[in-house]
Amino acid sequence: MTSTQTAPGRGAARRRALGARAVFAGPGLLYLTAFMTIPLLIVLSYAFLTRGRFGGVKLELTLSNFSKALDSTYLSILGNSVLIAGITTVLALALGYPTAYAITRLPSRWRTVALVLVVLPFWSNFLIRTYAWIVLLNSEGPVNSVLVNLGIVGAPLDLLYNRGAVVVGLLYAYLPLMILPVYAAIERVDPQLQEAARNLGAGKIRAFLDVTLPLTLPGAMIGAIFVFVPSMGNFVVPELLGGGKTVMVGNLIRDQFLEARNWPFGAVLALSVMIFLVVLFAIQAAIGRRINGGARA
Amino acid sequence: MRRRTPAVWVTVAASAVVLAACSSSASSESSSSSAPASPAASAAASSAAPASEAAAPADLSGQTLTVSNWAGYYPEDLAAQVEKSLGVPLTIANHATNEEIMAKLTAGGDSGFDVAFVSGQYAQALNEAGLLEPIDHSKVPNIANLYPEATQLAFDPGNTFSVPYTWGTTGICYRSDKMAEPTSWNDILTPSADNKGKVTQMTTERWLALPALKALGYSINTTDDAQLAEAKDLLIKSKADLLAYDDTTFYSRLVSGEANEVVAWDGWCNYGTAENPDITFTVPSEGSDVWSDTMVILKSSQNKDAAHAFINFILEPANHAWVAENILYKVPNKAAMEEPGVQALFEQYPNMATSPADLLKQEVVVDLGEDSVKYTDLATEVTSS
Repeated sequence: MTSTQTAPGRGAARRRALGARAVFAGPGLLYLTAFMTIPLLIVLSYAFLTRGRFGGVKLELTLSNFSKALDSTYLSILGNSVLIAGITTVLALALGYPTAYAITRLPSRWRTVALVLVVLPFWSNFLIRTYAWIVLLNSEGPVNSVLVNLGIVGAPLDLLYNRGAVVVGLLYAYLPLMILPVYAAIERVDPQLQEAARNLGAGKIRAFLDVTLPLTLPGAMIGAIFVFVPSMGNFVVPELLGGGKTVMVGNLIRDQFLEARNWPFGAVLALSVMIFLVVLFAIQAAIGRRINGGARA
Repeated sequence: MRRRTPAVWVTVAASAVVLAACSSSASSESSSSSAPASPAASAAASSAAPASEAAAPADLSGQTLTVSNWAGYYPEDLAAQVEKSLGVPLTIANHATNEEIMAKLTAGGDSGFDVAFVSGQYAQALNEAGLLEPIDHSKVPNIANLYPEATQLAFDPGNTFSVPYTWGTTGICYRSDKMAEPTSWNDILTPSADNKGKVTQMTTERWLALPALKALGYSINTTDDAQLAEAKDLLIKSKADLLAYDDTTFYSRLVSGEANEVVAWDGWCNYGTAENPDITFTVPSEGSDVWSDTMVILKSSQNKDAAHAFINFILEPANHAWVAENILYKVPNKAAMEEPGVQALFEQYPNMATSPADLLKQEVVVDLGEDSVKYTDLATEVTSS
């Protein structure tokens, strides 16, 4: 931005620009460094240390935490977490995209009401909302008693304490995180593009599939990440709705710190999840670039 | 390990009617009953005279106390009571789990705590780490109120570094109107047809392993790999008939009818009994554990005389009886358990009347050091299978 200036002026301007940048970016960078980078470095270094008997770490270098993480028990927990988070994400997309689409078609004042309704559950405590599912779905709960009393089922269904219940809970918790970015993406699409497609002879469905959908996919992918990442890390839902019989990687990490007093192994597990997610982000970014490139061409 | 929060609800819900009368009469007795209950004090001729009088012993002036305890595990006005009785300002911090307070106490340097409440096996670990001040019995004359059995617990015989606050065991809490009394841990591990899917087990590692270890006739403190592997297989098989793992709300599942029998701590089963008298506690024939939550003094404390006086204050019969009356746990204090307010609970909550001799027939939980990882791995393998 300073390339057109003469040499002496350029130096001063650059210094001024640097000073301004430092003032603007400094607090944010400092905050990130202090509360993101340093803890991350601590996690990284703990991964190579030995478990302290009373929690914490002993300053003895080891790689055993990594080899332990490759044990089939832990790999299957990671696989199980990916599966549950993946199913949740697909369902969130299937439910969230049409919802978001419908909201954009509402008159503008109803749109605001609808969006407030989407985020309304966030106003109450997550734990209480999850407990509410236990009350609803347990064998003596209202859902089962209605089904039994209407003669639809003979005996109460096992609606709780299985993988399905975990997916239900996660989907409920994170669906708004899918609806909001998709809504933003659909709303940004210029309505004239669809009109143009219709004028050029495309049917309603064709215009949606060829114009709206590709343009809103990046928003859907952001929504997918917003749902997938916290689903992977959640440990409350598997514990409460899964009855502790379904262990996800979030539970495993939590237990290493709060019960097993094995911080180094917890650090390794946390790092593994982070690396897995970074890879996932990279794939998402690559696909996103290809879609954007395609849209431009 | 043990999570106390529900105790708060119980204090409100279960004990409101029955106990309000008892505890108010108990607290009005506190000044009169404490004096005769500690005859050792005068003999000890120490500065820590019976702490019931408003005037504090002179040598505590200038001392302050910071104590960490489980939330809801002590009277709400404990700080005011202690200040009035000992003349020492008291700050109480709450912890939710043993792990939480262990992390604070072992972080290095002065944790700022004078007294901490931790379970026995954690007190043992803290002592081995050199973090605890030996208990000077001459400064805690009320230690004479403890049952003889409570002075010989396996993690600390002679109360050299810990003083027990509560104790109890683990058993089966069940609906006596829906099933016959369970007599074996196998009733949990391989329930009868009527009870399949109506059973919960605990998820905290040592208690997750307990039913299987005892059903197989092994020690709950075993570190033998073959025995643990056998227990693991049994526990994995038992998952097929399990409703859920639960160590916080198991008693409310009995109340709602979701479960018929659950693995439970004796005191927590009482919370279910309070809501439904058909909810009953029993210890299976193969035996169980003895757990104890204890008070310890930190070596780093600058207020050791006040810390001793605080423990002595808790051991006053009326003060210690409060715990039994409101938390519904047994306390290892003979004089406190003989208080009328506590005795009145025995009919409704029979497990509170368990004699120390009977309790100590069970095995005391001790710290396993590095081998505790084996229990972690077992718990992970069982719950994730």
